[in-house]
Amino acid sequence: MKHLTEQDLLDTYYGEPPEAATEHLHECPECRAEFARLAELLDEVRNLATPPRGPGYGREVWARLQPHLPAEKPHWWTRRWLLAPIAVALLAAAFLAGLLTQQKTSPTQAGLSQKDRQRIFLAAMNDHLERSEILLAQLVHTDSGEIDLSGERARARDLLDENRLLRETAARSGDQAHAALLEDLERVFLDLANSPARLSSKDAAELRQRVEDQGLLFKVRVTTSDTRSQGKTL
Amino acid sequence: MEWTDAAAAEEARKGNQHGFRVLVERHSHALFRLAYRMTGNEHDAEDLVQETFLRAYKQIHRFDGRAGFGTWLYRICSNCCLDLLRSKKNKGEMQPAASEDGQSWLDRVAAPGFTPERLAESSQIAGILEPALKKLTDMERTAFILRHYEGCDIDQIACILGVHANAAKHSVFRAVQKLRRELQPAWGAAQ
Repeated sequence: MKHLTEQDLLDTYYGEPPEAATEHLHECPECRAEFARLAELLDEVRNLATPPRGPGYGREVWARLQPHLPAEKPHWWTRRWLLAPIAVALLAAAFLAGLLTQQKTSPTQAGLSQKDRQRIFLAAMNDHLERSEILLAQLVHTDSGEIDLSGERARARDLLDENRLLRETAARSGDQAHAALLEDLERVFLDLANSPARLSSKDAAELRQRVEDQGLLFKVRVTTSDTRSQGKTL
Repeated sequence: MEWTDAAAAEEARKGNQHGFRVLVERHSHALFRLAYRMTGNEHDAEDLVQETFLRAYKQIHRFDGRAGFGTWLYRICSNCCLDLLRSKKNKGEMQPAASEDGQSWLDRVAAPGFTPERLAESSQIAGILEPALKKLTDMERTAFILRHYEGCDIDQIACILGVHANAAKHSVFRAVQKLRRELQPAWGAAQ
């Protein structure tokens, strides 16, 4: 009878026995004894303790680490999006000005050229889509089971007002592609903003499914990339 | 809401620090265990966890998702540990590991929460195992620790060490052979 090699015994110990090794161990007392010696030693070695770390250890590591993390160095174009709140305010002003002067003056006469209005719109749109993408990604990638949505609800509410303004601006300027995407987003944000803080696994799965069925995350990513390119061109 | 590793890594890659924080909080314990077993020194292990995450953050754009994020972190951590061990070896500092308060690895296992029997057993094992582990090559030691304590399979170990699966398997095998040679007589006598 051919006995098991040391490698066979080791693989068996680690739960990956070669073919017929388990059977052989049943039949062969020599191999069984050798396996027992190996397993005893390795089991003992496994008992080596490490100094315990409390449940908050991960948070402690983060607290020590964060001050040392290098600051983000975004692309010059991305840096402009940090001015998003200003851009949104300007967009709101431009939107209002557009409404007031719609029948009387051209956009240029309202104080902003068409190009400026477009640039502001794209900047605000890009920032909005990036933040929407983070929220959607969290929804889609969340584990199954009941989920706590309190944080996401608050962010959805923040995004909702901005989303409405952008959608109306897009629709008024005849930008149907952006308007349609923003309409889809608005429905998801509305549901999320009005959902209970804790969502059952069934409701969470439905919400995830809706986002996935519409390909919303993909559309947002593609559109973000497009608006960024258009912004660069302008 | 619980992020998967892949989703958190994706967010971190986009510069969202919250994504990286999720990963830090999730993987710190495992990295500490690995670093401690590699170095045998609590203080070094703490520093290595920090260094691992710092390197991971700077290189997050290189994480391509083919291996799990945990495996990728293990790889960085193993390299950090090996760098430290080599540097100590060069400086002739490879004496029995002692932390700031002068406690050796042997003393350190006497941590709160262990029964007297467990403490005695653990101290005895540490006393015999530490010198035996030091006789292994860097690769054997890393491969053995990943296989035996962290439960990595051969493919993961190969990925972490950046070698073929056969080489990883052979490293574990050689490590076990050497440990058996060192430990069996000592362990038998101790028992």
